[in-house]
Amino acid sequence: MFLFHIIITIAHALFPIFGTIILIMVDFNRFTLSNGLRVLVHEDDTTPMAVLNILYDVGARDEEPDKTGFAHLFEHLMFGGSVNIPSYDEPLQRVGGENNAFTSNDITNYYITLPAVNIETAFWLESDRMLSLAFSEKSLETQRNVVCEEFKQRYLNQPYGDVWLKLRPLAYKAHPYQWATIGQDLKQIEDAKMEDVKAFFKKHYNPQNAILVVGGNVKVADVKALAEKWFEPIPAGDKYHRNLPQEPQQTAARMETVTADVPLNSIYMAFKMPARNDAEYQCYDLLGDILSQGQSSRLYNSLLKEQQLFSDIHAYITSSIDDGLFIVEGKLVHGISVEAAEAAIWKELFKLTEQEVTDEEITKVKNKSESIMVFAEMSLLDKAMNLAYYELLGDAAELNTEIDKYLAVTPQRILHAAKSTFVKEQCSTLYYLTSQDA
Amino acid sequence: MLNRTLAPESKQVDEINFISPLKQQLDNGIPVFTINAGSQELVRIEFIFQNVNWDASKPLSAIVVSHLINNGTTHLTAREIADTVDYYGAFLQTEYGADQSSVKLYTLNKHLSSVLPILYAILNESIFPEQELAIFTQNQKQSLEVSLQKNDFLARKNFANALFGDTTYGSNIELADYDALQRNDLVAHFKAAFKPENCTIIVAGKFEEKEYEVLNAIIGKAWVNNEPSSINTFEFNTAKTGDLFIDKPESIQSAIRIGGLSINRTHPDFAGFQVLNCILGGYFGSRLMANIREEKGYTYGIGSGVVSLKNAGYFFISTEVGSDVCNSALAEIDKEISLLKTDLVPEQELDLVRSYMLGSMLGSLENAFSHADKFKNVYFSGLDYTYYENYIHIVKTVSPEALKDLANKYLNTDNFAKVVVGKK
Repeated sequence: MFLFHIIITIAHALFPIFGTIILIMVDFNRFTLSNGLRVLVHEDDTTPMAVLNILYDVGARDEEPDKTGFAHLFEHLMFGGSVNIPSYDEPLQRVGGENNAFTSNDITNYYITLPAVNIETAFWLESDRMLSLAFSEKSLETQRNVVCEEFKQRYLNQPYGDVWLKLRPLAYKAHPYQWATIGQDLKQIEDAKMEDVKAFFKKHYNPQNAILVVGGNVKVADVKALAEKWFEPIPAGDKYHRNLPQEPQQTAARMETVTADVPLNSIYMAFKMPARNDAEYQCYDLLGDILSQGQSSRLYNSLLKEQQLFSDIHAYITSSIDDGLFIVEGKLVHGISVEAAEAAIWKELFKLTEQEVTDEEITKVKNKSESIMVFAEMSLLDKAMNLAYYELLGDAAELNTEIDKYLAVTPQRILHAAKSTFVKEQCSTLYYLTSQDA
Repeated sequence: MLNRTLAPESKQVDEINFISPLKQQLDNGIPVFTINAGSQELVRIEFIFQNVNWDASKPLSAIVVSHLINNGTTHLTAREIADTVDYYGAFLQTEYGADQSSVKLYTLNKHLSSVLPILYAILNESIFPEQELAIFTQNQKQSLEVSLQKNDFLARKNFANALFGDTTYGSNIELADYDALQRNDLVAHFKAAFKPENCTIIVAGKFEEKEYEVLNAIIGKAWVNNEPSSINTFEFNTAKTGDLFIDKPESIQSAIRIGGLSINRTHPDFAGFQVLNCILGGYFGSRLMANIREEKGYTYGIGSGVVSLKNAGYFFISTEVGSDVCNSALAEIDKEISLLKTDLVPEQELDLVRSYMLGSMLGSLENAFSHADKFKNVYFSGLDYTYYENYIHIVKTVSPEALKDLANKYLNTDNFAKVVVGKK
């Protein structure tokens, strides 16, 4: 219907990959321009469309503690006109294109979908805003308001909407994952100044910090020529060297209780887990699926259907590039004590630390992930985004080989992952309780 | 030297190719429409049933049958069904829509023959166990309690009820409706609705003769249910109009939903009205977005839409705005509607919208699933692919004068319901 320039927290955004029989291949070519911009091309002639996806290696984790929410606010400003082109959206819509973007704690990703015959328009628009923005005061003022309304709509004016604003600072004490992409509060967004905007652009928005993926009904040679024409003249800029505070090992259980005008009591538990590139990452992904993927999963059957403690229960991972979180969250059935419900979650988690999952269970979650990946291959945009993200992680080719990492997961490794994670001293628990019974 | 101020040359989308389905019939008479396309070894099979036997005193029966149909059969427990479907990496979704209910299977082709027997079982032998109904009722009520605290949910619910009253299009489900659920009613509804003469199968993916034979062997045999039914038919002419304000003094944002009964896909004005809607609130550069978000900063998003149902069509505008600017936003919405009725849309804006809509149509035909969705849109409206030919023709040619006439005909705000939930 209509588009928003949205923000998301990437949870399961990048698909675990499998293929026991089916071979999954997203073919691509790759080259680097003289200014350091990495370019990947995926030819797909089954569609008349093309996608231009550009990932900037900057997210909310790169913000200053007193200027949180800035990466996302900046994403909005990227649509406020660039140095040579007063309107970004209008010329794109005029050639039949659509665009959107999202910001996560790790990355900012922009994408355009348009008829492939008009691909050069996408190069023109994207390269000009990498070159420089218009830095219009009017745009800054409006987008500050828009983002404040977004903050209200998604986080403040919804039941349970502010959970992540509470849970992140409980789970992270040093690392900038302690704030959400929307920012810590409205005030920091309202205070954003043009000089901050310019400094942020200079620091993060240059060819060396970006990955460009072009996919669809295009040819590598044409994309190369267009990239050289539109992007290569952009100055390389200074390379940003990330040096973030590392989160120390958590050694004591953390607990917080909030009450709010919500109808149901709920529990959120956050456990520390390894970073995205850790060798054990895939174990955690499958562990989350065993607990919570589908109606055959453990938490659904034990806690929701058999014991009827929760009306809603989920486990998932944040999939962040630095050390992430393994989350268990649930809404309690009326009349169930929150302590009893929490104890029941622990009982399920401890089972995973004591006994290996069955072969059938592990086969099931591998099959499910294989399906998800093959279905995701039907979407050109998903393929382009995945290539960019894997290139950021180290090498886009891993998109086609990560399958092996998943297939290598064994019940023993899942047991080990559970043992090192589901420990009370490493858990941050948030009780989010109703004030309505009081 | 590269001149970055000049836009590259571009072309308007000229050719849009639709894939029409192959029609076959299972041995038991169920029609199967297949879009056989794509290189991935996967398929989506939708079993679509017309909604029947609407009873306003039991508004949840059909919805709950749709939810619980995979929760136990004469031979399989809910857990066994879930275990099997998940083991084969398949996805089973049930959906209750305004006019049809569907059961959708997503699976890799290699597992098709393993999961289809489960589909046959749930479509024929579901028993809706008391225990499953009790758990479902408890959890749905809790979920509804949370939804009832969301302003946008309340706005949608009250808007639908204003337009469509106590029908399935506008039914205001309350917590008490869940308490009134009876297993016997579910079983009765199931036996009337889920039978071959009420079913259409739509297949999309890599689906050759070999796969069709598997489908026919498992699903094409005799079905169990055969109770009488009549397809839901509604007439609407008594929509409530005017203001409905639900006061939520604590709200920092107010949800707005404005609109009224309109035309559906079968009406000759529908395509032109879609162009008008696009200009007003149907894309990111629309007038409502440009004014109320990009100019004023009152909201994160605002949009409008035209919805085509079998027995009605409706138009709506929806947004959530800061409660301090709620009245200003309402005034701006009125202003934008009035402008369309008094002033001609400039050619330059109209050209942009034409290109945008054609590009959007082209982009919406990404894969076998989207081609199947396009087919469903026309098929269940009793139309054929000439609908799209006409749509494309109208998008390319509709004049500013015609759009102004359409605005005067269909955007009569005196006939609109205006729902605001929050604070003004």
